[in-house]
Amino acid sequence: MKAVLNQKHLLGIRGLSAEEITHILDTAETFREVSEREIKKVPTLRGRTVINLFFEPSTRTRTSFEIAGKRLSADVININSSSSSVTKGETLLDTARNLEAMSPDLIVIRHPSAGAPHQLARVCRAGVVNAGDGAHEHPTQALLDALTIRQQKGSLRGLRVAILGDILHSRVARSNAHLLTTLGASVSLAGPGTLAPPEFASLAVGGGLRVESRIEDAIEGADVVMVLRIQRERQDSAFLPSLREYAVHYGLTLKRLRLAKPDAIVMHPGPMNRGIEISSDVADGARSLILDQVANGLAVRMAVLYLLGGGAGALNVSTNPATQAKVETESSPEASTESLSAAVAAAHADSSKS
Amino acid sequence: MRLLIANGYVIDPSQGINAGKDLLIEDGRVAAVLGRGESRPEGAEVFDATGLVVAPGFIDLHTHLREPGQEYKETIASGAAAAVAGGFTSVCAMPNTDPVNDNPAVTSFIVEQSQTVGLANIFPVGAITKGSKGEGLAEMGEMKRAGIVAVTDDGRPIPSPGLMRRAMEYARGFDLAVMDHCDDRTLAAGGVMHEGEWSLRLGLRGRPALAEESDAMRDCALAELTGARVHLAHVSTRGAIEAVRRAKERGAQVTCEVTPHHFTLTDAACEGFDTNTKMNPPLRSREHVEAILEAVADGTVDAVATDHAPHHADEKALEFDHAPFGITGLETAVALALERLVHRGHIGLERLVELFSTNPARIFRLADRGTLRPGAWGDVTVLDPDLSWTFDASRSKSRSRNTPFDGWTLQGAAVATIVAGRVVYRRERSAVGGRQSA
Repeated sequence: MKAVLNQKHLLGIRGLSAEEITHILDTAETFREVSEREIKKVPTLRGRTVINLFFEPSTRTRTSFEIAGKRLSADVININSSSSSVTKGETLLDTARNLEAMSPDLIVIRHPSAGAPHQLARVCRAGVVNAGDGAHEHPTQALLDALTIRQQKGSLRGLRVAILGDILHSRVARSNAHLLTTLGASVSLAGPGTLAPPEFASLAVGGGLRVESRIEDAIEGADVVMVLRIQRERQDSAFLPSLREYAVHYGLTLKRLRLAKPDAIVMHPGPMNRGIEISSDVADGARSLILDQVANGLAVRMAVLYLLGGGAGALNVSTNPATQAKVETESSPEASTESLSAAVAAAHADSSKS
Repeated sequence: MRLLIANGYVIDPSQGINAGKDLLIEDGRVAAVLGRGESRPEGAEVFDATGLVVAPGFIDLHTHLREPGQEYKETIASGAAAAVAGGFTSVCAMPNTDPVNDNPAVTSFIVEQSQTVGLANIFPVGAITKGSKGEGLAEMGEMKRAGIVAVTDDGRPIPSPGLMRRAMEYARGFDLAVMDHCDDRTLAAGGVMHEGEWSLRLGLRGRPALAEESDAMRDCALAELTGARVHLAHVSTRGAIEAVRRAKERGAQVTCEVTPHHFTLTDAACEGFDTNTKMNPPLRSREHVEAILEAVADGTVDAVATDHAPHHADEKALEFDHAPFGITGLETAVALALERLVHRGHIGLERLVELFSTNPARIFRLADRGTLRPGAWGDVTVLDPDLSWTFDASRSKSRSRNTPFDGWTLQGAAVATIVAGRVVYRRERSAVGGRQSA
């Protein structure tokens, strides 16, 4: 089996094949080890420039992309702008053209408007990574969620995943719905009627997606319970009567969690509203993998930057486990341009010399 | 001055003509429709229409010309040039200019400017309320005297049913049609595309079909109550079509128009976040497109109108959320209608002429237009229904380029436009606004 990441950009999970997703996850797995070293750096992207272009406040995702780039030895520049092109007077595309003139290799963009990364990708030579666009997609979040689930459960095939909360406005829910169903999990979405439209079920191919009106129905028998952040402003626009009522009827509590499988895991993309969408005893409980998600986020973002940023042979990599094993045991330098693991191994070797 | 349009195939539903005829125009007015055997007058300039369809001049009920106030998007001159290049002899100019056409001074400015330009007939449409703010009524009587042919607050629909009732009652007294853009803003809730599977998938806020339908139902009921003539602009949903169909059955004076983009594209076109697929009403899902096609065929739809809405490229380069609604349409409407409605078998050419000329003239009471009866204005649209050509937006006559149809190869085109007996547009072999292909 040959998995090819046939993309110059990572704009969303929708449209990625199971092979491509698995390939990114496998690559991320190899990068986890880098962060466990004493010297947490490989020269893989040395001489490459990554621009983090953030039009929305973000600590977690921006820091994660920044550290990911730096551990790959890329030059990372952060540009934070809380204003959209409308208030700033400069259009997104002008910003893009200006950055383009500085020849970056990758642009990581977070933007409050859906589709902004797609518009950027149309005018840029650089690869574009979507770090969250409006309510559309947040592909690296879904990838890190999948990596976390895979580490715990071995595989995603046949798993039951509940996603709870504000589905309508959630890019995390969308990216996860595509990814989890593509890898063979079945997904139940649930939340208040204003925030979990039944039509959402039609978004995934193959019928692996359901929308429940009671969160208990979604949690029942679940292997994974994923809780989404509730935005406080939803109560001002008649989506919710109050956060208090939300906590009572839709919050994940220990009692509700008992409906899930005994070995079910709990995830949250952060930042959490403790006591609202998730109770502290659940968030801090033994089944909570919220901090594992953060660690995996770094590995996934290293993998994505590596695969799109022109790491050796990145775009055409054999993931045949047999080939990988062979290359790993032989550490054949000739094979290194063909094989991802070899490329990574070579990179590691390189860094240990420097 | 005499012009003989010879050897063409004349289609004029107002007289039931559908036959090979010659058309004689004298001093700007139709002088005669001559049978093949009849003797031709001497000394007339001859336009050879062999193999072409000759129809009463096409009228666009719904055009945004942007002048006064937004001349960087379009001017009366550039809009008129685009109109005649698309086969329209007349266009009806929406009042949402800056200032709004809510008083006779603005109406007179548009009329005078149009006469200076001289290409197409421009009929101003006045605002219903002052500044289109949905509060007090605008001076409809004074504007009518200055030249308006209808009233509308297009783009800023009147939220209050009580005010709409008064507007209809008042407009009735001046025999002005009330045109409404049906759009309940609380239901539309800031949406930027049609609410459905695609808006959910793309994470874009949706405007539900019901936002249009609830206003359409209200307007149909008010038309019955007031006896006013009510024209629903750019109807785009199954429910709005149903409302019009029922109102007509009950004898209300309700008419409606549909746009070429709403019968050509679905909301799936928004997939790439191209802001040239953003308009209001938005592109709808397949079931609504099918309802429109049925209603075009069964007579429920009265007119095809463009909702030509030019915007500058810089405005359309914004994020999908922030880019303005609207696309240009004057130069592609006739071709899209020929291709999507006629060539795909939904309607015949006679019905096409009704939709573009006979009915629009009737809806806005444009005297001596929409017909080739002797004495009518010598406005003629000449069609080549089979001409295959490619639309090149960069060569458009409009000042704006915001179209989703750039690069589309279409079958059928208006090849000449004649206003008051004067050929104001003729498609060349290397046609302007489009390349001809084999």
